[in-house]
Amino acid sequence: MKHTISVLVENEFGVLSRISGLFSGRGFNIESLSVAPTMDAALSRMTLVTRGDDRILEQITKQLNKLISTIKVVDFTGGEYIERELALIKVSTDAESRAEALRIVDIFRAKVIDVTPKSYTIEITGAPAKINGILELLRPMGIKEIVRSGPVVIGRGARGVVG
Amino acid sequence: MELTGSQILLESLKLEEVDTVFGYPGGAVINIYDDLFDSSINHVLTRHEQAAVHAADGYARCTGKVGVAIATSGPGATNTVTGIATAYMDSIPMVIITGQVPTPLIGNDAFQEADMCGITRPCTKHNFLVKDIRDLAKTIKEAFYIARTGRPGPVLIDFPKDIQVTKHQFSYPDKVHLRGYNPTYAGNSRQIEKAAKMILAARKPVFYVGGGITLSGADDVLLKLAEQTQIPVTTTLMAMAAFPQRHPLALGMLGMHGTFYANMSVTDCDLLIAVGSRFDDRVTGRIDSFAEKAKIIHVDIDPTSIGKNVEVDLPIVGDLKDVLSKLYGYLNKNSELVEDLVEATDEWRTTVAEWKERHPMTYRSSKSVIKPQFVIEKISEMTDDNAIITTEVGQHQMWAAQFFAFRQPKTFLTSGGLGTMGFGLPSALGAQVAYPDRQVIDISGDGSFQMNSQELATLVQYKLPVKIVILNNNYLGMVRQWQQMFFEKRYSQTVMELPIDFIKLAEAYGATGLQATKVDEVEATIKQALETPGPVLMNFKVSREENVLPMVPAGKAINEMVLAS
Ligand SMILES: Cc1ncc(C[n+]2csc(CCOP(=O)(O)OP(=O)(O)O)c2C)c(N)n1
Ligand SMILES: [Mg+2]
Repeated sequence: MKHTISVLVENEFGVLSRISGLFSGRGFNIESLSVAPTMDAALSRMTLVTRGDDRILEQITKQLNKLISTIKVVDFTGGEYIERELALIKVSTDAESRAEALRIVDIFRAKVIDVTPKSYTIEITGAPAKINGILELLRPMGIKEIVRSGPVVIGRGARGVVG
Repeated sequence: MELTGSQILLESLKLEEVDTVFGYPGGAVINIYDDLFDSSINHVLTRHEQAAVHAADGYARCTGKVGVAIATSGPGATNTVTGIATAYMDSIPMVIITGQVPTPLIGNDAFQEADMCGITRPCTKHNFLVKDIRDLAKTIKEAFYIARTGRPGPVLIDFPKDIQVTKHQFSYPDKVHLRGYNPTYAGNSRQIEKAAKMILAARKPVFYVGGGITLSGADDVLLKLAEQTQIPVTTTLMAMAAFPQRHPLALGMLGMHGTFYANMSVTDCDLLIAVGSRFDDRVTGRIDSFAEKAKIIHVDIDPTSIGKNVEVDLPIVGDLKDVLSKLYGYLNKNSELVEDLVEATDEWRTTVAEWKERHPMTYRSSKSVIKPQFVIEKISEMTDDNAIITTEVGQHQMWAAQFFAFRQPKTFLTSGGLGTMGFGLPSALGAQVAYPDRQVIDISGDGSFQMNSQELATLVQYKLPVKIVILNNNYLGMVRQWQQMFFEKRYSQTVMELPIDFIKLAEAYGATGLQATKVDEVEATIKQALETPGPVLMNFKVSREENVLPMVPAGKAINEMVLAS
């Protein structure tokens, strides 16, 4: 089962390799990982997506907590949270398909952020499912390149990770 | 007061009550060595950095203090890795200081540069690269704190040369503030009460005790608890000295080379009380049949150990000393119920006693050839109760665990988790430095001994009277045993073709060498060695193809043992 976990860590030398080394060393799977500073400059917040059964997830959260540099671990799965991902998608376009591309962009509330005679670059944010949705529709036109940020999550209401 | 980085290190060590360090000099630590030259800190020069770390490890294991080792950058630092990994697997509190190239050169492939924080990340509890003199004292404070608290472990400080000579105001912090590190010491009282109730309801309970018991200093409480409840105790390799092995409740070691009665008890028990143990594969055999009839209580300070390999019915996170004391206290208040328990488990103890009688820990003795087990039994008989035994890795290690009757905590130093050949001699060295007046004996194999035999020089130089027992079978015996049992006796690369003259080797270093080739020479050799001052090597030519039994073949359940006939 898929789990989205937030990890609050000391923003210090080598911390990313401590986390990634933990996953590779113990054979845990890591689907996506994003890291950025928080309001407190001494801390970073990571959002990572992993898969595993309950036993594995228990080990993952325990092992993450065990790292000296880790301050807090929250597995959002099963709780109320909002998940967003950013994707930049470059699609081939020609005179014929441009209108269709714009229609799709409109429906998904995405944006065209760069135009060349042969391509559109589209920016979209949303839950990963939404991004998968637009990709599905754009695919027949020919996707040249795609970059996804990996999801970030935030708890609804009071639930959260402060740092 | 303004001090250089190197002086700050030494002053901080003193404040951490470190009086002895083990190490080896080089360019990237030359300033530290210059300051050590007239320091009150005692430095022991080993002949290899791996040995320095094992020596600090041995020192830590028998004293309970943090062991400290120093090595230079690059090759000196990489030589420490086996030692660090050994300590990590057995949760030994240590601080390792490695020199590093000057900070402006880091990352440039400078001469003798190695990324030690990168290399040791998976085998340290934590590590630090000191990048700013202002962080140095705080880093040292944190390193010692992390090493000795919670589940202990080795911490590495990588210390660049330019920072060693930079001056800074020295003030040692008296508190550590680590937002992400706060080990749980006090066990949850409700859980402990539940554990007490499970114990009182059990009819076939067993304690399964691991190295954590000694790390926590809970050996005494365990003994009290076992005697109070009359519950039999089986110990892992790491905990053989944590419970007196001649005690009527002692079942000896469990697992791959465990006793018949320990393995049968665990297989048949209805309650397994795991304390400071971690369900290692060498202990459990086939995991799904391990203690399959039992409810499991697991007490450990490290939450990741609990539920990692087996599901448990009652987890208790906490320091064993705290948890077991509270458990003892609770049961003491309910002494009538404990009396009922003792009565109700009488039949269980009879069953266990029958197993013990049916297949005691034994071997086929011989008059014509020295049996390695016999040598261990004799050493066990002839040494003081507080003698410290270290081992290398192989058959001799298992025989030491099986046939030495350990009597006091912290007297058996062996590499359990990593299984490092070459551990025994330097760890004995470290133990003897800690306790100059106690008997310290390295039980060794002819193969393992050659992995750190250069430490004979250190023993002689520092007048450390370590006694070395080589159970010489001229084989890499443990591997040979597997080849005999599972590879049709194809002894690939396990025959030590060149018989070494170990006596001459000992003498070359200025140590004493003794040899026994006949059964009736064994006792006299041990006696002579124990009476000879200074380091003594005893070479026992033992029966070559002796096997360690019982043995649970890999992948089998622990009650499916090959027994000694
Ligand atoms: C550093 C290291 N290398 C290899 C091994 C694998 N190994 C385990 S036991 C053993 C044989 C040890 O031989 P010896 O020291 O003579 O002991 P014996 O088994 O003969 O008593 C070997 C090679 C190991 N444990 N450690
Ligand atoms: Mg051998």
